[in-house]
Order: sequence, then structure tokens, then C-alpha cells
Amino acid sequence: MHPAFSVIFLTTLIGTGQGLFLALFTAQSYAAVDFVTIQNPGQFYAYGSVIALLLLIVGLFSSFFHLGHPERAWRSIARWRTSWLSREVIALPAFMFFVFIYGVMHFFGWDPTIITTEQPLQGQMSLYVGIIGTVLCFALFVCTAMIYACLKFLQEWHSPLTVVNYILLGTASGFTLATAYSAVMAPELVTLFGTWATIITLTALVSRSASLIRNARIKHKSTLQTAIGVRHSNIEQKAMGLMGGSFNTREFFHGAKMGIFRSIKWIFLVLVFLVPVVLLATGMRNSSIDVLFTAFAIQYIGLLAERWFFFAQANHPQNLYYQTV
Amino acid sequence: MTQLALVIDLNVCVGCHACVTSCKQWNTSGPAGSMSDDNPYGKDPTGTFFNRVQSFEIGDYPNTELVHFPKSCLHCEEPPCVPVCPTGASYKREEDGIVLVDYDKCIGCKYCSWACPYGARELDEHQKVMKKCTLCVDRIYDESLPEPERKPACVLACPTNARLFGDVHESESEVSVTIRESGGYQLMPEWGTKPANHYLPRRKTKIKIHEDELIRADNPLKKEGLKPKTVVDEATLDDVTSW
Repeated sequence: MHPAFSVIFLTTLIGTGQGLFLALFTAQSYAAVDFVTIQNPGQFYAYGSVIALLLLIVGLFSSFFHLGHPERAWRSIARWRTSWLSREVIALPAFMFFVFIYGVMHFFGWDPTIITTEQPLQGQMSLYVGIIGTVLCFALFVCTAMIYACLKFLQEWHSPLTVVNYILLGTASGFTLATAYSAVMAPELVTLFGTWATIITLTALVSRSASLIRNARIKHKSTLQTAIGVRHSNIEQKAMGLMGGSFNTREFFHGAKMGIFRSIKWIFLVLVFLVPVVLLATGMRNSSIDVLFTAFAIQYIGLLAERWFFFAQANHPQNLYYQTV
Repeated sequence: MTQLALVIDLNVCVGCHACVTSCKQWNTSGPAGSMSDDNPYGKDPTGTFFNRVQSFEIGDYPNTELVHFPKSCLHCEEPPCVPVCPTGASYKREEDGIVLVDYDKCIGCKYCSWACPYGARELDEHQKVMKKCTLCVDRIYDESLPEPERKPACVLACPTNARLFGDVHESESEVSVTIRESGGYQLMPEWGTKPANHYLPRRKTKIKIHEDELIRADNPLKKEGLKPKTVVDEATLDDVTSW
């Protein structure tokens, strides 16, 4: 497939935004049961929510560049019964709304206690809002990933690993950003976020490697024989029915040289997993803001490469009809 | 249930592209607007087509043959492109099974083209909506046309009659009988899309002769190649009957 930068930015930016929200809510859950104490929790959650919301907004904005008619985008909520894309279009604003509410509640300190318990449980209402946000966050991850995973003849994508990867990679980058953010706003949380960021990044390495191994040995169901229905092992295309090119030759081929295509895989493996884990470990020891932000920046750049590779690697069966591109 | 479809006979298609040009001519002049072209006479011509003819060389030299392969939307009975559409712009008509795009609802997200394993959909680069074969839906029901002309433009244009049009759900229709009796098949059956369009394979007429049929059982001399000599002295049948 031809990787579109609008979709690469959409999926990576909202993934990071979702991960950051999950990180914030993780911290709040820990704080609620006194595992950690945060100096200035209201500001920490509120500004964190603003960053998450900004990432989501920029991601959403980027997605419009993928549309031929952005002014009709509102129509895409219509077929949520059948289309994962439609479901994503509903889940994304719903999640953004709850991130907004979550941030506003913390900023203004609106946090009424709902159930009185013997153990003091601070800030209940925001916890409930956070739980709804978390549910929507995972729903959004699933919707985004299922857009690709549900297409059964794109065999590289048609796997539960696609969903797992989207969740883990988004969460990993969000937690790495949270580590850097906490180094500025709440240094007592650096270890918590940094440890989780490392764990999630390494788990993502396992699942992404699993999908790379799966895709390396994938056996495509469609062949040129089934595509045109002629049973002969030696079929050679002589004419594609066009002279210059068409939508079919542009949309479904990544167009990169094989060497570049292969090197992108190693580049993203280093940038998404190896370098950030090393930098996180270094940054956590020194509580160095620069190192931690570098870790996030490198991981995000790596994720752009990862997403490019995710699209480029998918081999659409229609390409069988265009053998000489 | 009606399911209109094309049956394309690869045995007689000569790859002349008449179906391609007549399709483009009819549909670019249609109510849905033009099918845009860029650099039609320039270096890299490109444009929107509903139908294309490709050519494949099959076999090992010198036993090769060129198969011309017209390719358009197959109007699947289980169209994978329809449920993925977020706006409902892609739909399959209940009454005749034609898969259509509502160009006023399409947002141009291209998701349906990803979901079509055949690459039958093309985005119009100028109108920014997804386009595909309509089976000339604006023509086949047009009562102002004489009855024989209420067929898709490609079918009418084909000089070798390689394209048949009809209802594949009606078991005695021309298309159903042809599919049944001439080995009609579907493309990429492995995905369960149940394409309504069928293709007829290359067919060769052959006769099987057994070895014993090479020797005439009624040969009086039991020697092949030798004919009985005529007797010169006696009157032949011609001598007796001619006067």
C-alpha cells in the first residue's frame, strides 16, 4: 500500500495522545490509593490533558488531508454498524470530549466525592470520568487498528497482532511522553512513568517482532492464477490496460526502492525500541529533562517510520493485476 | 432476486479496447459528470476508467498464447467494499444487485478501494470521489432507448460478442446457461466475495482419435495407401452409362 502521511500522522499522534491520557489516569489511580503523592495534582493532570488533547486535535486535523471531500466528513458517522472507520470517527471525538472534561475538572478542582468510605479516597468524580475516558481510549485503539485488521485479504494486517501493536505502540509513546512531562511538572512520577514506559516499549517490541516474523513468512492466498483464472505456472503480463499510470498503480504500491524499504524496518526497530529504552534508563537515573524529551522525540520519529513500514509492507491482491509497476 | 452481471468470454476477446472506449464515452457524458483525464496526449497520460483491458502471455515459448483480460467491477454478491464505507455512499441495490457509489455522499477516503481485492475502484483525481462501473445503470432501464440498446455500453460495443449481459440468478437466462455450459468461473474465489461477473475460459476444439481408427476395418487389401487397381479391358460404369 502507498503510505499516506496524513494517516501516518493521524495514527501516531492520536496513539501518543491516548497513551498520555492513560499515563495520567494511571498516576491518578496510584495516587487515589496513596501509592504515590503528587505535589500539585490539579495542574499536573490539567496540563497533561491539554497536551493529550492537542495531540488528538492535531491528529484529527491531519486525517482531513486524507479525504477528497473534508467538508462531508460529518457523514462518516453514518455506518457505525458495519464500518470500523465510522466507529473510529465516533470514538475519537467522544474520547476527546472526556479528555477535555477530565482536564477541566482537574484544572478547576471540581471533584465531588460520590461515595464516602472509611479510607479517604480523594477525587472520586474525576476517577469515574477517567474510567470512562480509559474505556473510550481502548475503544478508539481497537477501532483504529480494526480499520486495517478487518480487511481479510490484506493478510499482513489481518491479524490480532495489528490491534495489539496499535495499543502497545501508542501507549508506549504516551508513557514516554508522560515521563518527560513529569520530569518538568512532577519529578516524583518520573520513575513510575519511566518504568511503565520501558515495560510497555519492550512488550511492544515482542508483539511488533511477532508481526514482523509472521509477515516475513506469510503465504498469500491470491495468485496471478486465481486473479485471472488461468491455470498455468508461467503467466507474464504484457499490458496493464494503461500507458501512464492510474489510481491503481499509485495507491497500492509504496514506490520505494527495495533497499530503502528494508532499511526502514531496522531504522524503526532501533528508533522505537532500542534508543528510547536506553535513554529512558539514563534519563530516569539523572531525572534529565533533555534526555527524556529526546527519548520521546526519537521514539515518535521511529513510530512514523514504523507506521510507514506498516502500510508499505501490506501487499494488496489487486497488485497482481499490475505486475509491471 | 435479480443479480445483473456481465459474462466475459476470454475465448473470443481480441483485446481491441472497444469496451473501454465506449464505456468511457457513455459514462463521461452521463448525468454523474465527466471522468477526468490528465495529459491525455502528453507524456504520462492518466485518467479515470471503469473498465480496462489487460493482456497476459500464458505458457512457455513457443507454446504461448496471449489472453486479453477485460477488468471492471464484478458486482460481488458479498461486496467487501460496501460495509466498510463510513458514509453509506457505497451500496448494493436490492432490486438488481448493482454495486453503486453515491457521488454526493462519498467523502473520498479511499477505504472502499482498499477493501476491494480486485482493484475495481478508482478515485477521480479531480472530483475526489470514488468511481466504478455502474453496469450503465442510467442506460439499461432507459425506456426512451429501443429495447436491444438497453444494455451496458461495453456489451453493445464488443465486436466479437465477448460480453454478455443479464441476470445470473435466473437459471434459464442467456448468461446463466452460458456460465453453466461453457465453464464460467469467478475471479479470486478464495475471498468469498461471490463476484456476479463471470469469465469464460479459453476453449480449444479437439477430437480424440484412437489408434485402431487409423486403420480402415473395411479395407479389402488390408494395406493402407494402396488403392485397388482398375481393370483396363472391362467396361467401366462410365462406359456403360454415358452415351
